[in-house]
Amino acid sequence: MSSSNPLRDPADRRLPRIAGPSGLVIFGVTGDLSRKKLMPAVYDLANRGLLPPGFSLVGFARRDWEHEDFAQVVHDAVKEHSRTPFREEVWQQLIQGMRFVQGTFDDDEAFERLRGTIEELDKAQGTGGNFAFYLSVPPKSFPVVIQQLKKHGLADQSSGSWRRAVIEKPFGHDLKSAEELNAIVHEVFGSDQVFRIDHYLGKETVQNILALRFANTMFEPIWNRSYVDHVQITMAEDIGIGGRAGYYDGIGAARDVIQNHLLQLLALTAMEEPASFDADALAAEKTKVLGAVRLPKDLGRDTVHAQYAAGWQGGEKAVGYLEEEGIDPKSKTDTYAAIKVGIDNRRWAGVPFYLRTGKRLGRRVTEIAVVFQRAPHSPFDTTATEELGSNAIVIRVQPDEGVTVRFGSKVPGTSMEIRDVSMDFAYGESFTESSPEAYERLILDVLLGDANLFPRTEEVELSWKILDPIEVYWDQHGTPAQYPAGTWGPVEADDMLERDGRSWRRP
Amino acid sequence: MKTDLTDTTASKINKALVLGRRAIGTPAIGMVLTLVIVTDEENAYDALKAASDAAHEHPSRTLVVIRRISRSPRDRTRSRLDAEVRLGADAGTGETIVLRLYGDVVDHAQSVVLPLLLPDAPVVVWWPVNAPLDPARDPLGALAQRRVTDTYACEEPIRELVARADAYAPGDTDLSWTRITPWRSMLAAALDQVDCQVQAVEVEGEEFNPSCELLAMWLADRLDVPVKRSASSGPGLTAVRMDTDCGPVVLDRADGSLANLSIQGQPSRAVALKRRDTAELIAEELRRLDPDDTYASALRYGVDRLNSPAKGESGDRGGAVAAPVGTVAKARAKDAAQEKTPVRKAAAK
Repeated sequence: MSSSNPLRDPADRRLPRIAGPSGLVIFGVTGDLSRKKLMPAVYDLANRGLLPPGFSLVGFARRDWEHEDFAQVVHDAVKEHSRTPFREEVWQQLIQGMRFVQGTFDDDEAFERLRGTIEELDKAQGTGGNFAFYLSVPPKSFPVVIQQLKKHGLADQSSGSWRRAVIEKPFGHDLKSAEELNAIVHEVFGSDQVFRIDHYLGKETVQNILALRFANTMFEPIWNRSYVDHVQITMAEDIGIGGRAGYYDGIGAARDVIQNHLLQLLALTAMEEPASFDADALAAEKTKVLGAVRLPKDLGRDTVHAQYAAGWQGGEKAVGYLEEEGIDPKSKTDTYAAIKVGIDNRRWAGVPFYLRTGKRLGRRVTEIAVVFQRAPHSPFDTTATEELGSNAIVIRVQPDEGVTVRFGSKVPGTSMEIRDVSMDFAYGESFTESSPEAYERLILDVLLGDANLFPRTEEVELSWKILDPIEVYWDQHGTPAQYPAGTWGPVEADDMLERDGRSWRRP
Repeated sequence: MKTDLTDTTASKINKALVLGRRAIGTPAIGMVLTLVIVTDEENAYDALKAASDAAHEHPSRTLVVIRRISRSPRDRTRSRLDAEVRLGADAGTGETIVLRLYGDVVDHAQSVVLPLLLPDAPVVVWWPVNAPLDPARDPLGALAQRRVTDTYACEEPIRELVARADAYAPGDTDLSWTRITPWRSMLAAALDQVDCQVQAVEVEGEEFNPSCELLAMWLADRLDVPVKRSASSGPGLTAVRMDTDCGPVVLDRADGSLANLSIQGQPSRAVALKRRDTAELIAEELRRLDPDDTYASALRYGVDRLNSPAKGESGDRGGAVAAPVGTVAKARAKDAAQEKTPVRKAAAK
């Protein structure tokens, strides 16, 4: 974008950030993610007027489709899944830039056709050679697609234009494989042109963690070891592995969720104030805090891995993990993982961070609970405060996004009795009913080249350094505990907190 | 739930609010602002409907102040306040209070509104029609951080724009300005794509649509080039032509929904530029509550400076003043009779 545009003025805050001329190429465009999230997000962006005129969407897949078939698939996906109402004129704008390239990932000819398509779009739609390649493909296909992009000159940026790669988790399955993957990607794309999608970071509530902490004065003074007793970060799913047996078995909950989402949430919750809100400053602080994460000495005592057993989930009968179709009955893969970590710095020394995630738990919820210490002295007698728990600030990431503050209050009546009450801020109540989907925000950021909300190579590698020793320990010691589907995890996890004199929140 | 109160006071209305909330079991309120709509009975329904649609994005307490016309001297001396309190499903995501003012109290509406404002939350006043000439000094306008007028809905939009410019106070804004945000953002995006100097601009749109003037003034103000305003049969804005030193950049919208952007040396592209309904405009207006300096600067550029032959020839600006405004006013007067009803309709349809 030319910076000298006289119509642009930072004070003119009505004008949205519109991406410059560009296009998006989606590999694996027939997949679920593409249909349910990416295509609707592209439409929603167009509908909000945030895409440049001439924006082009190219699908690449094995299916034998014509451009029109592809457009029809996008049309259906948009109608079914988009957040904003369907409008014909927006569709007319989008459809002019829609192309489909048929081929497999090892098909040289297909990639030549893709290059031809991109050149044609530059002419017909004025995309200016700016393209983002979204790799919505299985991990094993990463290297070949990246290599093909290089081989056919698709990753070459000419002066004044850009080529970017967007990749989805998993970013490897341990430190070594992550490093290999990074090496492959960075050989072809510059490190500032690689965007790793952790869709959690695109969520409004996650970005709100930063606003809550750093735009206010009332939270930050108590956000440290002097007042905080411990922090619990939970991501629970009520579903099982569904049809993802092939992907899930051998990966497990810790690699699938803790490595990326939960450690990112931990970083945002625990990091120091960044010097500014730009990508470098944020990454610097996140890297620092992830580098300070310390694992417990006794991994057997302070980590738990488990599998769901048969049970009832929300009124439906659910089979156990080992009975799921396509799962080895002797599998040791964890569907539940709970770990305790510390952070070695002045702010957090001695404050445990408990991270847990699991499938087939009570309900679908993601939250960060900062639990405070008890008042050092209470003028009330013990019977008055019997029902008083610890104060807490809970950031509800999803669903029912918001923030809850829990504190004690006098129960109306003649006796002094203090009980927990909560004060609630719900996004849906105070702000737009329809906040943008995470993918909308992230795709727009990719097109704008804004890397704020994307984890960097170092963050990914640091996360694996945290998780690898735990995975190795689990691999060598014992078998996963069992928990009935539809409960809040195995008793071992409850014991783990009880040993520290604490208990899990029921989210 | 809905509670009707006849011949009431603000404190009784407050009591009804608390009772109502308790009855439907939602004592917690997450409303972010108070929206005061000042209108007559005729426009109240449409305005309230737009506001409740906008409230999906901005949960708010909406106060609709309806000034009833007294039809006899007896009516005028008796003052009365009727209220309708709507909560829960009846009010969308917030609370709505419809206030009907009769007699003397019409001139003291602020005394009714003040006790009903949400504590500590910003106040926005919106006049769908008949906005006061000096909104910031209006007793109701003075309560608000943000005052929304709509020059599109008045008899003589151009004269109204001049008055708005004279009376501008930070926090003033106009829906005619809100209407052109998509145009402005698309024009800015178009200039992002070329590295050329704009030399002259022409803004074309229907007559009596102040959005065209505002867009022209904004362009003139930002680009510092002569801007010509020409008339077409609409709907709304129809085209903006920018002559640059590397060829024309044209954004052309003939049908009010799908526009065409053509830039010299680049393929021409379709762009969705739909005319938006009032609810969307209000939602955009409520998104930012700080003074809109860009609006102020565009407004202050002055309608009279449009259509001047070139910059630097300020000498005969006086002549240019009279010409366009005069012709417009004349044309206005001519078909005032049949234009009356359509102009009063606020919705940009």
